[in-house]
Amino acid sequence: MAYITRGFRGRRDVDESGRIPPGQYETHDFPVLSAGPTPHTPLEQWSFTISEDGEELARWNWDELRALPSETITRDIHCVTKWSKLDTTWEGVSVDTLLDGVDTDAGYVTAWSDGGYTTNLPFEDVTGGKAWVAFGYDGEPLDPEHGGPARLLVPHLYFWKSAKWVRGLRLMDDDDPGFWETLGYHLYGDPWREQRYWGD
Amino acid sequence: MSMESADLKLDGNAIGGLLGEVFVGELTVARSTCGSCGAVREIGALAVYAHAPGAVVRCPGCDAVLLRVARGESRIWLDLQGVSCLELRVPDD
Amino acid sequence: MAGAAVLGRLTWLLAELVELVPETPRVTSLVLHVPGWPGHRPGQHVDVRLTAEDGYQAQRSYSLAAPANGERVVLTVEELEDGEVSPFLTEELRPGDRFELRGPIGGYFVWDGSIGGRLSLVAGGSGVVPLMAMLRHRGAAGVETPATLLYSSRTLDDVIYREELDRLAGADPALTVAHTLTRQHPDGWQGYARRIDAEMLAEVIGSPDGGATAFVCGPTRFVEVAADSLVGLGYDPSRVRTERFGPSGS
Repeated sequence: MAYITRGFRGRRDVDESGRIPPGQYETHDFPVLSAGPTPHTPLEQWSFTISEDGEELARWNWDELRALPSETITRDIHCVTKWSKLDTTWEGVSVDTLLDGVDTDAGYVTAWSDGGYTTNLPFEDVTGGKAWVAFGYDGEPLDPEHGGPARLLVPHLYFWKSAKWVRGLRLMDDDDPGFWETLGYHLYGDPWREQRYWGD
Repeated sequence: MSMESADLKLDGNAIGGLLGEVFVGELTVARSTCGSCGAVREIGALAVYAHAPGAVVRCPGCDAVLLRVARGESRIWLDLQGVSCLELRVPDD
Repeated sequence: MAGAAVLGRLTWLLAELVELVPETPRVTSLVLHVPGWPGHRPGQHVDVRLTAEDGYQAQRSYSLAAPANGERVVLTVEELEDGEVSPFLTEELRPGDRFELRGPIGGYFVWDGSIGGRLSLVAGGSGVVPLMAMLRHRGAAGVETPATLLYSSRTLDDVIYREELDRLAGADPALTVAHTLTRQHPDGWQGYARRIDAEMLAEVIGSPDGGATAFVCGPTRFVEVAADSLVGLGYDPSRVRTERFGPSGS
């Protein structure tokens, strides 16, 4: 049991909103977390693909992605490192739009990014209005440090599932643990059930 | 002020404490061979990205991931796949 | 060799604050008593952990500011404006209060005179702390190998250990201390007045003829400029030890 230091409170607000999941603290910053150098793929070379069993089912270049219907949404986000940020505003294309016309019965997806990052999710957690490929944050183009030009946005799960610098979704039959999921982090990651680590 | 991830990069020393929970002895002077490019460096000389759900230690030469360490309550997870060889000093007794 | 070679998992010890020593308007040294402290080598650091009553924890690393001295440990802490731990340590802590600490950590960034050859030190802001431990050790142990410190600060008031550095340099012809002030300098200032660059490093540190080891400490970007310049001056990368502090505080 750690020693309690007299008078230490840390930089935390009292949760008056009821919107902060267990074990989380509200932040008014937008902390930058990084597992490596920021990729800088030029937009002319950027693409987003949906594939299954190594076969490409759909592809958009940057202009094509931006031509798709997009929406502005406001959500709370929760990072497994314990900070939560309320009412974040994003602009992006719904994953439902991207999957429109894709015929699959895949149970899972693996999102993959520039730089080698991956994360796994159940198919139903990126559909039904729960996920976006987001290219705008707070009214501005998404900053590279926060995943720009585009990141996956899946706000109902811990934010490591919202893969920065996302380049595609692989439709999968199995739940294939990604970058953090192979290092102790929970396969699903529901902040309201505090599913941070294996076995939680 | 935008924080570049270039600013977030640290040296192997930054996870000396975390590794000290797992390993006996001083690990920042242990020498690791990068499984990707073969470069041999002391852990203290590796590039550490610690502002993350876990610490990711990369080869300063080729950026390959050498080690990953995550800590959650009373568990530590360690992935050493990127290191093809780790040389540690032990007392000669 | 100073300090016992302790083998075993690094565990948390309890440090008790003995005294607070103001160094500059933003920087305070904490003199601590740490029962069970195994000793340390100049350049090493500790992890500090604070726990609130509801179990919330915050952890930070701080360099040891002074050479090993039994169970006495000195940390020098810069109060960061939006900081969570540093304002607590420098403003709230009172003598007699205790907090958790573990160490020493970091055999890689160490100089205790056993390496040999000239000692080249480059400090950015609070990056001077571990380098000061090296210089204090060098002074106390009477090591004669030449040493140079190039120290970058925002203003003269922000120079940590200013009088002590003047004194050490004044008393020892083999020690050179050069300052650069990046934001503001007084009238008649004789030192450098800009951010460090390759030219300044060439003038102050020079090339490593005859063998030299460099230690660079400070914000990440500062360290990268300095380290790249030193390699450009002929330092072998393995002889340039770096300790990046991450993004600068302001």
